[in-house]
Amino acid sequence: MLEVKNLQVKAEGKEILRGIDLTVNTGEVHAIMGPNGSGKSTLARALSGHPEYEVTGGTVLFEGRDLLEMDPDERAREGIFMAFQYPVEIAGVNNAYFLKAALNAKRKHHGQPELDAVEFMQLIREKAKDLDIDQGMLTRSVNEGFSGGEKKRNEIFQMSLLEPKLAILDETDSGLDIDALKVVSKGVNAMRSPERATIVVTHYQRLLDYIVPDFVHVLSGGRIVKSGGKELALELESKGYGWIDAA
Amino acid sequence: MAQLAEKLHPWVAEGRPAGGPRWLQDLRERGAATFTSLGFPTVRDEEWRYTNVAPIAAAEFQPASVATVGAAAVEALPYAGATALRLVVVNGRFAPELSRLAALPRGLRAGSLAAAINGDLQADSEMVQRYLGRLADFSSRAFAALNTAFIEDGAYVHVPDGVVLEEPLQILFVSAPGVPVVSHPRTLIVLGERSQARIVETYVGASDVQYFANAVTEVFVGESAVLDHYKVQQESDSAFHVGSMHVNAARSANFSSHSFSLGGKLVRNDALATLDGEGAEVTLNGLYLADGDRLVDNHTTIDHARAHCPSHEVYKGILGGRARAVFNGKIIVRQDAQKTDAKQTNRALLLTDDALINTKPQLEIFADDVKCTHGAAIGQLDDDAIFYLRARGLTFFEARDMLIHAFAGQILERVKVEPLRTALESELYARLARDLAEVDGK
Repeated sequence: MLEVKNLQVKAEGKEILRGIDLTVNTGEVHAIMGPNGSGKSTLARALSGHPEYEVTGGTVLFEGRDLLEMDPDERAREGIFMAFQYPVEIAGVNNAYFLKAALNAKRKHHGQPELDAVEFMQLIREKAKDLDIDQGMLTRSVNEGFSGGEKKRNEIFQMSLLEPKLAILDETDSGLDIDALKVVSKGVNAMRSPERATIVVTHYQRLLDYIVPDFVHVLSGGRIVKSGGKELALELESKGYGWIDAA
Repeated sequence: MAQLAEKLHPWVAEGRPAGGPRWLQDLRERGAATFTSLGFPTVRDEEWRYTNVAPIAAAEFQPASVATVGAAAVEALPYAGATALRLVVVNGRFAPELSRLAALPRGLRAGSLAAAINGDLQADSEMVQRYLGRLADFSSRAFAALNTAFIEDGAYVHVPDGVVLEEPLQILFVSAPGVPVVSHPRTLIVLGERSQARIVETYVGASDVQYFANAVTEVFVGESAVLDHYKVQQESDSAFHVGSMHVNAARSANFSSHSFSLGGKLVRNDALATLDGEGAEVTLNGLYLADGDRLVDNHTTIDHARAHCPSHEVYKGILGGRARAVFNGKIIVRQDAQKTDAKQTNRALLLTDDALINTKPQLEIFADDVKCTHGAAIGQLDDDAIFYLRARGLTFFEARDMLIHAFAGQILERVKVEPLRTALESELYARLARDLAEVDGK
C-alpha cells in the first residue's frame, strides 16, 4: 500500500529525515517510535503533505501512485488520514458541518452520492456513541474550547467517519489519561481490517498495549535504526532510547 | 477663513429648505453656521486622520430635489423585500407610495419626518421638537452640521410606552438615479418605556452616477425598552456615504446595533451610544467588506455615563484589492460609571497584500471599579486551519471559503431578521466570490 524509499525531508531549512525506507502492506499496523527530535512527526506530516515540510529526495508510492505529486487534499480523498498531534481550532466552523463537507468531498471524489443532512446525522450519531462524543461536541466550532482529550477523540471520530485506507496517528496518545487512551484505542482497533493499514507515531510504549503493532521501527537522527516486532517496543520501554543510539 | 467660507458657500446656500416651525428654522441656521465655520474635516483632524474627504468636498453635487423611483426598481433593490413593514425614503424624502405601513400596531407612529414636524398629529410635532437634534451634537461634527442645515424630511418612528412591534420595520433610503446629488437623510427613532422593536436602516443606490448620502440618525431607547437595530450600507460603488447614529439608552434599556457596510466608494460610519441609565446594555457589532479601491471607516463611541452597564462590541472587516479600512473604537467610562463591564474586539482579514487597515482602540476611563477589555487582530487566513481542512479532503478553495464564511458568520448569525440575514449573506458572498476570483487571477 505504501512504499517509502530513501525519503529526505527538510523543515525550516533543516534536514530532518535523512533517508527513510518503509513499506506498509494492507492489514498491517506499524509503530514508529523514537526519542524527541528524531523525526517521527516529520515523517507523519510529510506523508500528509504539510506545506512546511519540504521533500528533498526519495520517493513515496501510495497504491502504486506517486504520493508526493498529490496535494494534501487529494491525499486525503484518496484515503490517507493523519490524526493531528495538535488539532487546529477553527472558530466559527461548526464541527458537524465540517465533517459533512469532508465526508462528501471524499464521496464525490469516489463517484458516490453525497449524503444529505438526515443521512449524515444518522451516521454520525452512530459513530459518536462508540467514541464517547456527545452532541455538544458536534455543534460546537471545530476543536474550539475542546479539552486535550476531546480534541484527540474528535480526530479519531473523524477517522472513523472518513474510513481511510491508511491512518497515520501523530502522537495521538500524548496528553491522554488512561480512560481517553482506551476510547481512542478502541476507535483505532475498530478500524483494523485486511484492507486498511495504520501507522502509529508515538514516543511511549503505553499506547501499543492497546493498539498492538505488527512492526515497530525506531527512528533516530532522521533514519530508521532498528525494526522489529511488537516486542521491540517493550524492550525500548525497559531500556530507554539510550541503547539504540549507542548501538 | 473668508476663502474657506466662500468655498463652502455652495454647500449651504443652494436648495436649503425654508419654512417650518421657528425652532426648526433656528436649528437649521445653527447647523449651516457651524458647518461654515468648521468646514470639511481634513486629515489633520484626529477623528479623520486616515480618511481624506477631499473627494467629497471637491465634488459638485446638486441638492437632492424631489425624485421618484419606480415601484419595480425599488422591488429590485437588494433588501427591499427583507421585511414586510417598510418605510421608503427617496433622496431624503418620505415616499408613501413605495412604503408598506398598513400593518403597524395601534399607536405606533412610523412615517414622514416632515409630516411629524408639521403636526398632522400634535403629539408627533411635540415629540419631534422635544427630541430632534438633541443627540446629534454637531458643534464639532461638520457632516452632522451639514445634515442639520438641511433637515426637512426623513423617517420618524415612535414606539409608545409598552408597545411591542413584533414585525421588523425597515427604513429603506434610496438614492434616485439621475444627476449627482447630495441628500441628507434624517431619522428620529423614539422608543417609549418597556417598548420593543427591530428596525433596519438600509442605504442603497438606484443610481450609477456618483452621489453623496449624508445621513444622521438619532435613537432614544426609553427605560427598559429593547431595540435591535440594523444598519445596512450598500450604496453604489461610486457613491459617498457619511452616516452617524447617535443613541441614548435609558435605565435598563437594551440597545443592540448590527452594522453592515458592503458598498460605497468612500464610507464613514459613526456609531455613538451613551449608556445613560443604570443597568442599560449596549451592543455594537459590525461587519464590513472593503474591496477594489474603496475606503470604509468605522468610528464607534460607547459612553458609559452611569454605573452597572455592560457593553459589547465586535467589529470585523474583510479587505481585498487595494482597499483601505479604518476602525476606531472609543470607550469612555465616566467617573460615576462604576461596575462598568466593557468588551471590545476588532478583527480584520486581509485577502491581499495591498489592502490596508488602520485600527485603534481608545479607552478613556475615569472610574476605578470597572472591567474593560479590548483586543485587535489583523491578518491573513490561518495557514494551519487551511491545512487542517485540506488534510480532511477539502480543496484549498473550499477551505478558504469555509474560513472566510466562518469569519463573517460570527456577525451574520446574530441577525435575527431571517430574510435580512439571507439577503446579507448572498450579497456579501457574491461580492467576496468576485474579490477572490481576482485574487486567484481568474
